[in-house]
Amino acid sequence: MNTTAARLRAALAPAAREPDKARPRRARRLRLERATLVRFALSWPFPLALLLTWYLASAFEWLPPQILPPPAMVVSTFVELVQSGELGDNLWISLWRVLVGFAAGGAAGLALGIAMGLSPRIRDYLYPSFRLVAQVPSVGWLPLLMMLVGIGEALKIILIAKAAGMPIAMNTYKGLEGVSTRFIEVARVYRFTRWQLLTKVVLPAAFPQIWNGIRYGLTHAWLALVAVELLASSEGLGFLIVYGRQLYQLDVVMAAVAVVGAFGYALDKLLALIEARLLRWRRDGF
Amino acid sequence: MTTVVTTLELRRILRGATLPALLLAWWWAMFHFHWTDTVMFVPIAKVWDTAVRMSSSGQLWISLGASLARDLAGFTLGSLVGLAAGTALGLSRLLENLVGPSLHTVKQVSLFAWIPLISVWFGLGDTAKVVFLSLAAFFPVLLNTFEGIRSVPRELIEVARSFAFTRSQMLLRVVLPAALPSIFTGIHLALIYAWLATLGAEYLLTSGIGIGNLLTDGREHLWMDQVLLGVAVVGLVGFALNLVAGAIERHLLRWRGGSAGQY
Repeated sequence: MNTTAARLRAALAPAAREPDKARPRRARRLRLERATLVRFALSWPFPLALLLTWYLASAFEWLPPQILPPPAMVVSTFVELVQSGELGDNLWISLWRVLVGFAAGGAAGLALGIAMGLSPRIRDYLYPSFRLVAQVPSVGWLPLLMMLVGIGEALKIILIAKAAGMPIAMNTYKGLEGVSTRFIEVARVYRFTRWQLLTKVVLPAAFPQIWNGIRYGLTHAWLALVAVELLASSEGLGFLIVYGRQLYQLDVVMAAVAVVGAFGYALDKLLALIEARLLRWRRDGF
Repeated sequence: MTTVVTTLELRRILRGATLPALLLAWWWAMFHFHWTDTVMFVPIAKVWDTAVRMSSSGQLWISLGASLARDLAGFTLGSLVGLAAGTALGLSRLLENLVGPSLHTVKQVSLFAWIPLISVWFGLGDTAKVVFLSLAAFFPVLLNTFEGIRSVPRELIEVARSFAFTRSQMLLRVVLPAALPSIFTGIHLALIYAWLATLGAEYLLTSGIGIGNLLTDGREHLWMDQVLLGVAVVGLVGFALNLVAGAIERHLLRWRGGSAGQY
């Protein structure tokens, strides 16, 4: 089937492929670099036009500054917030909450997922309840949790842990369940012990999906953090946003929103880097 | 043979029900034996009474209707815009290079962080909520439509070219149908995110009615029965939305049946 597709492709586009191969490598690399440059250059006009519109809109006061602060003001507020340490303090608190909640939820999610994936009995006992809890999004649990544990630090950690733990448990369980029986049979033939079977076969085979769950978990943790800090907090990035909103200081709001975006991105990139490092072994096979 | 299967299945069902049953029993005992006197542990019967009372007074249905109407309006708007934008970006490399990076940057901002800005620009009413919901639905549809169109097999396009399809034929008969499974993934995700965002919007933009307001009210007055009812309704709606999305997807993708095996 693949060969048919390949033959078809080769028959249909011989002219496009041949010169590519004939050309020396360096020329191709140069062209690739030029393409990247062009792409980079093309990515700027749109945001710059947007920025210009924003600048003009506030310079001519098409909209009052309480509704649309000038870009320069947002930048200077950002610098002020950094220099006064206000931004750093709140950012640190938010990051700490995500870290603790994610670690707790991740550990619990992994344990639950592994237990359900390895033991059919545990799966029978826990999976239906797990599905029941998963039907309600984390934000839906928030009022109930607020009543049960108050609006202190525990609320934030529990909510973030729950948001992070659910996708991790689900993906771990599904990943383990989906490990091909062929791998396990081969391992049996080699008389692997149960521990070897687990650490050398099952976990590595399920790893990509488990890792997917971990990345989802982090995204959800960050989402839950912002939600809970907007609703019930007196410190943290979410609080900074609410605070700026209440005083109608949209420059503070925008600066804080930009930081939320930047750190969400950085956390995700960090996990992508770790993944590339952890999955190096996969390439050796090919 | 059949009896073996049924006893096995019965055992599974019993095992699955153990944990919820234990929880309910504990909850009941908490109240019945006066282990606690906080207002948190309302008897289970009271939750049911509240459900009956609120549904016969219509309050529950009005709230649910308001939430669902909002949810659907935002979801429809967001996914239509997402579908159009994703198709445009998928078809044109130039457009992708121009606005793609900006969109990816904006996407990084955690969803709920938009609410304070939206509340300044659009107020606290339904307009603001629908704008926020459509933002929640927009990104999953955009990304999955784009991915779906970009991964349409080149062979399909070439066959269509050799049949001299016009541009609209190419789009409607080849590109979009081939991208449909991925687009549905995006729509399904958008449905989930829009429901999540509905709750968030109702908590934070407090004017009006809805299931989120029902939950917030219950919490403020320490009415545990109302909060529990709200959580149950939220779960049921999420479950129903999932079922409907799955059914529509299966129905619309019927024509694909078995083709993967023949390819």
